[in-house]
Amino acid sequence: MTLPAITYTKPVRLPWLAIGLSLVGAAIVLFTFSASGYVVTVVGFAAIYAIFVTGLNLFMGYTGQASFGQNAFAALGGYGTAILCTDYNMEPALALLLTMAFSGLVALVVGYPTLRLRGHYLAMATFALGLITYEISIEWASLTQGYMGYSGIPPLRLWRFEAVTEKQQLAVILVLLVLGVFAAYRLRHSRFGRALRAIAGSEAAASALGVNVARYKLLSFMIAAMYGSAAGSLFAHFVGFISPEVFGTSMVVSSFTMLYLGGIGTVAGPLIGAVIVSLLPELLRGLKEWQDVVYILVLLTILIYAPKGIAGFLDRLFRKQEG
Amino acid sequence: MPLLSVRNVTKRYGGLVANDSVSFDVDEGMLFAIIGPNGAGKTTLFNTISGAVRPTSGDILFDGNSIAGLPQADIAGRGLIRTYQLVQLFKELTVTENVMVGAHRMTKGSVGAALFRPGWVRRQEQELLRETATILDFVGLSARAEVLADQLPYGEQRLLEVARALAASPRLLLLDEPAAGLNTGETEALAHMIQKVNGRGITVILIEHDMGLVMQIAQRIAVIDFGRKIAEGTADEIRAHPDVIAAYLGTETADA
Repeated sequence: MTLPAITYTKPVRLPWLAIGLSLVGAAIVLFTFSASGYVVTVVGFAAIYAIFVTGLNLFMGYTGQASFGQNAFAALGGYGTAILCTDYNMEPALALLLTMAFSGLVALVVGYPTLRLRGHYLAMATFALGLITYEISIEWASLTQGYMGYSGIPPLRLWRFEAVTEKQQLAVILVLLVLGVFAAYRLRHSRFGRALRAIAGSEAAASALGVNVARYKLLSFMIAAMYGSAAGSLFAHFVGFISPEVFGTSMVVSSFTMLYLGGIGTVAGPLIGAVIVSLLPELLRGLKEWQDVVYILVLLTILIYAPKGIAGFLDRLFRKQEG
Repeated sequence: MPLLSVRNVTKRYGGLVANDSVSFDVDEGMLFAIIGPNGAGKTTLFNTISGAVRPTSGDILFDGNSIAGLPQADIAGRGLIRTYQLVQLFKELTVTENVMVGAHRMTKGSVGAALFRPGWVRRQEQELLRETATILDFVGLSARAEVLADQLPYGEQRLLEVARALAASPRLLLLDEPAAGLNTGETEALAHMIQKVNGRGITVILIEHDMGLVMQIAQRIAVIDFGRKIAEGTADEIRAHPDVIAAYLGTETADA
């Protein structure tokens, strides 16, 4: 007996988009390592934000839920790292992992009751989480040193390799960023990621197909929290100083701009968004008082002509060309 | 033993009785239809059976076990799969990915499997892609495999919803007005497909407005009006049933 031969052949085409973006990324990195300290700082912030937004994207982009409080997890990571590495001389890599685990745990405890909420209500609940964390970081001064902030945080170190200079630190951050993006890519293209994206599409249909919606939302929230925590830890090491303002509401605004500008729900979007939102003000610095005006104009133009963000725009462009 | 046994199921919303002590049995392998005028409580009945809402009273047995009040995902996990009257596709996913989500309950692996992709996960994905291709071929959507779901024309969205449900290897498939919004030709094709699905041994319950479709393919029909079951039988019995005629056409006294 012969079975009808049905073979699934995926259209083979070179991932030009991914190749192009990688080249741009490589160019930025090469330029940065040959440039002065200031450029290194700016690109370092961009890379840290890229990690943060990659996590946010898992929850908001893939799973389609709103969180206005991811800064809380960056604060947990930042302060956790500051306290563990400064007061307890803990190995930075270990502190990074411990604070990530702790943030995941907090996300589990906070998310279990709040993720039942939807839309605006979930947004408000998570926003409150960010505000509460902010207040705690100010008021619990014996632990966090309050408004004064926490200084003297040692640089990153991976066992023997101590990243003393800023460029060495940036190298470590970039390695972690690549790991983080790779993980996000694998999560997206899996049974797990498809279930998350199904929830974003229709919770009713997902659960009618056996997807445990509450459980998947919670997992996605926890993973996003761990990314946020890692970003906070890296920031603490990179700058050596943190204060409550660092993890304030402005962080939420910046990360949202990056997410929507870069392309929500895509793997490359958070990277593109973080780079543009971080670098654009620096590139426009020469315009002096017109800097903010031009910055806003550029952002608006992009959002009007690329409503799905730059990644979405590029994706459409490349799809069209390849027919 | 029937595959599905609905026993005196009542669903009240405040003062409104959407389902009033409805009972019926569906045997394994049957193509069963539920018909009734608009607002008769058909979709509420599906919502109750599939676990989207809890019955106010009564019991529902699936394969001999009570499923009344269980979470929807658990009920789906047992092989009771439904579709929706208003198409509920995962719009940002491709046609292939939509069907792959359908196979969620048949596959394994969570975060760890996604990150580390061990051999069994890669094999599972390959196997899943093959099955997906087979299902898309079955419903005639092979050419659309890589298209985003929301770019499909409406008729094909309906087909995709059925394809996705089939990927879940249902033991019992609940189709909520699958022909809604389809033209005559599309309805004809859909009727043929539902019969093919049923021919594979999948028990089907169909809610339908299109009497022609139901009379043509259903082996047994239950009629619901004002939340109550008013008749049950074969197509011929239903056609001749005075209460059904009254419900659909109105009685002299009701019109007067």
